[in-house]
Amino acid sequence: MGRVFMFGDNVDTDQLAPGQYMRGGIEAIAAHCLEMVRPDFAKVVRPGDVIVAGRNFGAGSSREQAAEALKHLGIAGVVARSFAGIFYRNAINLGLPALVAPEIGGIADGDACALDVEAAGLKVGNGEIALEPVPDNLRRLLEDGGLVPHLKKRFAEVRR
Amino acid sequence: MSGATLAQKIIARAAGREAVAPGEVVIAGVDMAMIHDSGGPRRVEPVLRELGVGLWDPSKVVLISDHFVPGDTEEGARILQLTRDWSAERGVMFHDGEGICHVVLPERGHLKPGMLVVGGDSHSPTGGAFGAYMFGVGATEMAGVLATGEIWIKVPETIMIEWRGRLGAGVLAKDMMLALCGRLGMDGGAYQAVEYSGQAVVALSMQERMTLSNMAAELGAQAALIAPDAKTYAFLRTCGAQVTEDSSLRTDPEASLGAHHVFDAAVLAPQVAAPHSPANAMAVCEAPRTPLDLAYIGACTGAKYDDLRNAARILKGRSLAPGVTLLVAPASRRDQARAAQEGILGALENAGGRVLPNACGICAGYGADRLAAGTRCISSTARNFRGRMGDPSAEVWLASPLTVAASAVAGEIVDPRDYLTEREVA
Ligand code: SF4
Repeated sequence: MGRVFMFGDNVDTDQLAPGQYMRGGIEAIAAHCLEMVRPDFAKVVRPGDVIVAGRNFGAGSSREQAAEALKHLGIAGVVARSFAGIFYRNAINLGLPALVAPEIGGIADGDACALDVEAAGLKVGNGEIALEPVPDNLRRLLEDGGLVPHLKKRFAEVRR
Repeated sequence: MSGATLAQKIIARAAGREAVAPGEVVIAGVDMAMIHDSGGPRRVEPVLRELGVGLWDPSKVVLISDHFVPGDTEEGARILQLTRDWSAERGVMFHDGEGICHVVLPERGHLKPGMLVVGGDSHSPTGGAFGAYMFGVGATEMAGVLATGEIWIKVPETIMIEWRGRLGAGVLAKDMMLALCGRLGMDGGAYQAVEYSGQAVVALSMQERMTLSNMAAELGAQAALIAPDAKTYAFLRTCGAQVTEDSSLRTDPEASLGAHHVFDAAVLAPQVAAPHSPANAMAVCEAPRTPLDLAYIGACTGAKYDDLRNAARILKGRSLAPGVTLLVAPASRRDQARAAQEGILGALENAGGRVLPNACGICAGYGADRLAAGTRCISSTARNFRGRMGDPSAEVWLASPLTVAASAVAGEIVDPRDYLTEREVA
């Protein structure tokens, strides 16, 4: 079981991957991920934790370190009312599950939770929140671990 | 068949389909890929190596250096060198130090209406001003495009944004976009395809149209199209593109839209967006009194030839308010040369402006001029997120080149129309 980390609307890519640490590599970026809005985030987050956020998660630039930083910290996935499109693409392509929740009412910060991508559900406490299913061809990307492993598999098949 | 939008027509063609429906995920063939020095070679090459493949088609890849130009840091110089070596190795088209990618791409005749183009930069919707479906992706995904020539697209709805009437004097495309960011919010585009239409849009110059498509990134749209017209084809021909007019490249009247917003251009006033979001837009006359340290005319959004010319309409024969610094980073070498030839650049310099390289510069927070702590800046760029252009304590107000210029003269944020009425409202 992971825990829920709640965020509001419009969490942007500068908050996820602060510009001033972009040169330091993913280790440094991840260490400062979301510190602008939650100073201790990178220190307290554990593998399997899930981000639950409001609308337009990942707004801003195309820097994929925004999604990579979360993956690096072991985040099991991001559940949000909606995603900024480029962030959504980057997340899927990096193998970080990103699922849209029509409704996130009733979830509180710190709740124990488990994300089930295939069943498109987020178990929170005793209940379960229904999420929008990930389209088939994108779920295959996620299952392969992201675009690069997916393409590796594909090119390997071609070569065979 | 109930008609299709321009965006859907381009995606259907690229996916080899008769028609596509919003919401379905299709695999589209890519007509061109654009990458720059920041997200380009240094980030895609490791992925290509890992995949053990080369480029799907080097003749369809355009590389442009802009983020680390002029390479005045050790790191910047190293990245530029890596970029140059890669272009030679991989045999792609390379525009080195010629300006900002979104401006250089059409300027050098690469873009054509109806193309499906993927760019390694979030302001890639700019290409939509030429009727191309162009959108931005991250480096890993770009590597996938470079390896396969394909990309997945979730077919978008089209959000029609229609501007009726005519813009008033002193009101520019940038004001339209700031107003839209304020009204619709940074997710107003919902990663769908925006299409701009209406009399006020048709009346805009191509570079002003580029500003509309460019800042669709701030609306969170995937792409932002303007149906090509005679002006589009004429502009592209002067850029050396071989284009033939195609009257099917438009949204069918019976096509269903995701949304249709109608705005009256005639009532729009010059806008500013307060720190730290483009959505904090308001009419300049409603802005609080804001003394300034710095005025910045820069970026693909706000330093094209037309933007420089607009700034000069105000700055010609005037000088900066005491204590205000004006920095001008013309968006491309060609635009700078033209502005120099026509006395525009001279007017900006005579007013006290300092000219920076044709590059992203402080828009991306690079270079010696990045904003120092506490700087209060008015900028013609697209984004004022905290810390983007320098120190997190700096405050950036976004505005049109006219408003930036007038405010530089006044030393505080002012309505540029008060400065235009004194002379020819050209
Ligand atoms: S000028 Fe600014 S907005 Fe344009 S490509 Fe460069 S960094 Fe991006």
